Amino acid sequence: MALTRRTLLVGGALLVGIGLPRPARAAAPTGSLPAAPRIDAWIRLGEDGAATVLTGKAELGQGIKTALIQVAAEELGLDPASVHLVTADTELTPNEGYTAGSHSMQDSATAIRLAAAAARALLAEAAGRRLGLPPESLTVADGAVAAPDGMRLPFGELVQEVDLEAEVPATTPLRDPATYTMVGRPLPRVDIPGKVAGAASYVQDIRAPGMVHARILRPPRPGARLVALEAESVAARSGVIRVHRDGDFVAVLAEREYAAVTALRALARVAVWQGGTVVPEPDALFSDLAGRKAERTVIHEAGAGTPVPAGRRLTAQYRRRYQMHGSIGPSCAVAEFDGSRLTVWSHAQGMFPLRKALAEMLALPEDQVRCIHVEGSGCYGHNGADDAAGDAALLARALPGRPVRVQYTREQEHLWEPYGGAMLTEASAVLGPDGRIADWDYSVRSPTHLTRPPGAGQLLSARMLEKPFRAPPPKALPQPEGGGDRNAIPLYRLPRARVAHDFVTDMPLRVSALRSLGAYMNVFSIESFLDELAEAAGADPVAFRLAHLDDPRARAVIEAAAERFGWGRTLQRGHGAGFAFARYKNLAAYCALAVEVAVARESGRVRLVRAQGAVDAGQIVNPHGIRDQIEGGIIQAMSWSLFEAVAHDAEGPTSRDWSTYPIARFPDIPERLDVHLIDRPGAPFLGAGEVAQGPTAAALANAIRQAAGVRLRELPMRPELVKAGIGV
Amino acid sequence: MRRRRIAVWLGGVALLAVAGSGLAAWRSALPPGGPEPGETVPERVQQGAVLAALGYCASCHTAEAGRPYAGGRGVATPFGTIYATNITPDPETGLGRYTLAAFTRAMRAGVDRDGRHLYPAFPYTHYAGLTDADIAALYAFVMTREPVRAEAKANALPFPLSWRPLIAGWKLLFFRTPTLPKDESRDPAWHRGAYLAEALSHCGACHTPRNVLGAEIKSRAYAGGEADGWWTPPLDRSSPAPLPWSEDDLARYLAEWDPQHGGAGGPMRPVVDAHAAVPKGEIRALARYVATLYGPGPAGSRTGPVDRAPGDDPRLGEDPRLGEGSRLGEGSRLGEGSRLGEGSRLGEDPGLARGAATYAGACAVCHESGGGAAGGVPYTTPSLGHRTTLRAPDPRNLILVLRDGVAPREHAPGPIMPAFGAVLTQAQMTDLAAYLRARFSPDGPWPGLDGTVRELMREPPRSGARAEASP
Amino acid sequence: MPTLTVNGRAQAVAAEPETPLLYVLRDEFGLNGAKFGCGLGQCGACTVEVEGRAVLSCLTPIGLLEGRPVTTVEGLGTPENPGPLQAAFIAENAAQCGYCIAGMVMRAYALLRNNPHPGEAEIRDALRLNLCRCGTHMRILAAVRRAAGREPAATGATP
Repeated sequence: MALTRRTLLVGGALLVGIGLPRPARAAAPTGSLPAAPRIDAWIRLGEDGAATVLTGKAELGQGIKTALIQVAAEELGLDPASVHLVTADTELTPNEGYTAGSHSMQDSATAIRLAAAAARALLAEAAGRRLGLPPESLTVADGAVAAPDGMRLPFGELVQEVDLEAEVPATTPLRDPATYTMVGRPLPRVDIPGKVAGAASYVQDIRAPGMVHARILRPPRPGARLVALEAESVAARSGVIRVHRDGDFVAVLAEREYAAVTALRALARVAVWQGGTVVPEPDALFSDLAGRKAERTVIHEAGAGTPVPAGRRLTAQYRRRYQMHGSIGPSCAVAEFDGSRLTVWSHAQGMFPLRKALAEMLALPEDQVRCIHVEGSGCYGHNGADDAAGDAALLARALPGRPVRVQYTREQEHLWEPYGGAMLTEASAVLGPDGRIADWDYSVRSPTHLTRPPGAGQLLSARMLEKPFRAPPPKALPQPEGGGDRNAIPLYRLPRARVAHDFVTDMPLRVSALRSLGAYMNVFSIESFLDELAEAAGADPVAFRLAHLDDPRARAVIEAAAERFGWGRTLQRGHGAGFAFARYKNLAAYCALAVEVAVARESGRVRLVRAQGAVDAGQIVNPHGIRDQIEGGIIQAMSWSLFEAVAHDAEGPTSRDWSTYPIARFPDIPERLDVHLIDRPGAPFLGAGEVAQGPTAAALANAIRQAAGVRLRELPMRPELVKAGIGV
Repeated sequence: MRRRRIAVWLGGVALLAVAGSGLAAWRSALPPGGPEPGETVPERVQQGAVLAALGYCASCHTAEAGRPYAGGRGVATPFGTIYATNITPDPETGLGRYTLAAFTRAMRAGVDRDGRHLYPAFPYTHYAGLTDADIAALYAFVMTREPVRAEAKANALPFPLSWRPLIAGWKLLFFRTPTLPKDESRDPAWHRGAYLAEALSHCGACHTPRNVLGAEIKSRAYAGGEADGWWTPPLDRSSPAPLPWSEDDLARYLAEWDPQHGGAGGPMRPVVDAHAAVPKGEIRALARYVATLYGPGPAGSRTGPVDRAPGDDPRLGEDPRLGEGSRLGEGSRLGEGSRLGEGSRLGEDPGLARGAATYAGACAVCHESGGGAAGGVPYTTPSLGHRTTLRAPDPRNLILVLRDGVAPREHAPGPIMPAFGAVLTQAQMTDLAAYLRARFSPDGPWPGLDGTVRELMREPPRSGARAEASP
Repeated sequence: MPTLTVNGRAQAVAAEPETPLLYVLRDEFGLNGAKFGCGLGQCGACTVEVEGRAVLSCLTPIGLLEGRPVTTVEGLGTPENPGPLQAAFIAENAAQCGYCIAGMVMRAYALLRNNPHPGEAEIRDALRLNLCRCGTHMRILAAVRRAAGREPAATGATP
């Protein structure tokens, strides 16, 4: 992959870094537009009529490139093939923070849609001026503005006459969804042909002239300090450029990759480490968590003054062990320092926050650091990508003039990525005489789910330097999105309810954002508890949910999933059906899920036999894109929920590869998996990338209950737990 | 040699026929029935579950991807393939009509309910030593399994071996109720371990050599044998293990994995997997007893882990428990010049040089990572010099593990190794095996390595197909 | 200097025989298909095809491959002109992040070379040594079924 820095020639338009204006007007709920209001922050047009679309979001494998191109092509009236997309680059694109939280469609697609519509309006005006016709009488399609008489003016001819530096006006006429020809269609993913044929698609594929290969030496366990390193023999190995050491940050740089691989092995043998952080034994994990200092916030309260109603009270506790992102490709980054400016190619989720962290770590002005997103292996949250970028930056500074490629090993990715934190929840409810929930009390105890940059101290190696940076104290993400308390407030009608978040400020293992954050655990807890309540009330789980729901869109996904699944049909022996529902963050996409599992009585092993999802993500841009995100979410969450826990002992994690952190394999994949999409033409885009995680966990637990009579309240629901519940 | 073996074998069969045609051949059928009230109380079932795991019944009585305990797995013997029966309580095809008495007779005497003799692939020669209480618990366990209708597969045995009365003769000659070792100086855990090892876990069934008629040679108990085409290491003084097996090592090995010796492979792996359901105390007892089979004190024959190419790893070859002689030195048969590299004889052998390159590019990334316990790749020992496989008298186990690798366990942590049989040619396999032997063992080249490789490489790698019983 | 034949092209390689094929493919041949996923033979991201078998390039020293043709995903077609198996993956949208996909394609390629019409269980069993983390399994299975000329996927989005 040939990359040029600072300039990029695309679609006939020379893009140079522009200083994007600061927010010029009060934020309106129009995606990312208020922060970058100029049209050309999002859309540029070349003299060949091709468009370049800029997004501050990044392709993480969720198909965002394709969807954004569809949105832009639709509003502009262009063939998607002539739309070029530039993703997160601190010098070219708007700052849209992290690509996280299922925000890409809500934020970026909304902004691009508006900017594209504004550009289209300007093109129509320019054509109108030329033709002496009112712009409303013109049609914009196929890369040209056409007059009623058939006269066509291609975009390329009009480019000089439109001022894309203008801000997107407050009211921009949008195309009528009823006329869409691009949005809502399963446009094939633009990146897949390259990916299946070995095109350079990933940061791992960058081969810059003069590039050197680096491998990092990490301690054998978190918190260990380097007490001795006699690295001369390693530095003297053929092909090794040098061994770099700054405090406890040690790396070997080599001309060729395999030389770096073998040199790292040799380096590991001469390093002497001491000490390390003490971690509670696995058996003590939850008692340790329960005993840690926490800050309590009551995030929801309803009917506080009313008396506690009469009825039957049920209480249950749920727990979740540490789980891992487990990217298939260990993190990688390339950096180059020319003596004053640093350029970093990274697959991290936030180029702008990363730039800030790198600038702080290297004491460089931010405008001398450029971060460019290049795809990596799917990350599903905050994995090792930022750390790798930090390492590459440190090493590039040590070797000016030569691009440095840092590639983590599998063991390093497993051991050092920030995990999804262990969590505890407690649910308590009163079931009234009418069989409805009369009182609801819920609390979630959780560590932070956000330790991403912009702080230099959030970069792993920055903490190991001779002059270390400290990680800033963790902060809770506020509602309504929430962090550990994401989706802690049920969407159900609860006249009397109290929901509290106990934010644990200190954790024994490094933690951060893992796809859906606390929503995975909260939805697991709430939706499991709903089934426990339904069972106590003698009610059907689906009917019980519907009886507590007013939101018609919520009801619609539940009804669709239940109907298509064949809810209520008799299943074969040893099988069970389970249901769950959530609206992600209570403000993004809706997802209902019905699953059928088979439970092996002897081994306690659970197999997902089939799943039927139903999703409402507002206006659908690409149905296959959403389907794939939901399918992937179900399968990934199935793997989390049935198999995955970070193994650890007192010295730290022992899950250091796939042999010690087994995940789902093909024989575990369901026979059928269907996703029903409810399209809402014209409705806002609702993020769907994370919506399936929580419902999958709960639906599995509920299905296991039906199949084997066992109620599991701990994630993962490993065979040992199932078997222990079944008995012999 | 071969002709003589055949003659002995034919003579043996004739002898069995004579003995078997006598009175002993005839056993009565027992009346059908089922568990009496109280015979399947939960405590007993629970106890039976642990015993069934210690006897790893499922590993024979469950077919690949089959229903638990429904039989159908073929047990390869030198005489042919014997298929394990359905021991679920299905009345037609399983044990559904077995009373406790019928079950006890099958376990102790190797006779089924109809009065037919059972082939000793079913280790009643060991189970005969089980207590009444344990047989009752096992009965409670199997009779409360989910009944599965599954006809037993017909054994693939040639005539006259397919003629069951022959077994009666075999029993007359070889079947003795095991006597359990007693030693006043040993504690109850050791005695418990002895009971488990000799009776329930039937360790000798694989680890004791068998005579030409397939009976364990009691005078050479635990001298090593064969199972499923694998060499089974001796558990006595003749063990070629480079490091002594301590009770702790064995307890770790039998429970999952031992960081010094490594873990179970081949037919031993399901045994260890089954131990997941066994309380630690039982594993400890087994380990305590088995550790004493190796004989007292550190055996002189144990040289410690050998590594003739120490390279730049100062940790290789050092083991605090061994002290002197842990590196290949005076005592080695290859002696001087045996280190690979600078001008050594081994280094000049082109086959070994090729093997060395294969090792460096294919094996070293895991097996020179320092060992799983020291922060290296999980489930690796500090070096391959720690592995008994490389000290075995023949290369079968090494070739099998290189060919097939170690398949990932389903849904559970466990070692993973790719099936190198997918890429290694016979010659490359031979080079690699020869190199590993030369580098990690003082015992000299394996005789007949070529032939073993040729024979075992005829089969394609089973690249990890080790499907466990599916739900 | 060992000579390697990759996708029909023979090339002398300036690397020691012990060098794993993966690094040679990526660094000497400039090929991106085979990926570094674990380097331990556990995930299959580096899978290539040698003599009809799926081989993990991360643990295959090039010294083993003298005179033995290697096929990588680049040998099956190009983004503009994909081969039938690649076309099946494109048609089924069988990639999310796509990092595992070249390995999946090559594992499937080796399967189909030996068994052009595998059954569902055979496909799943063949692919079980390759890991995917995005959960694209249903799409991958559909793609392999499609390439094997079997019924199109029985699953999917119902708009």
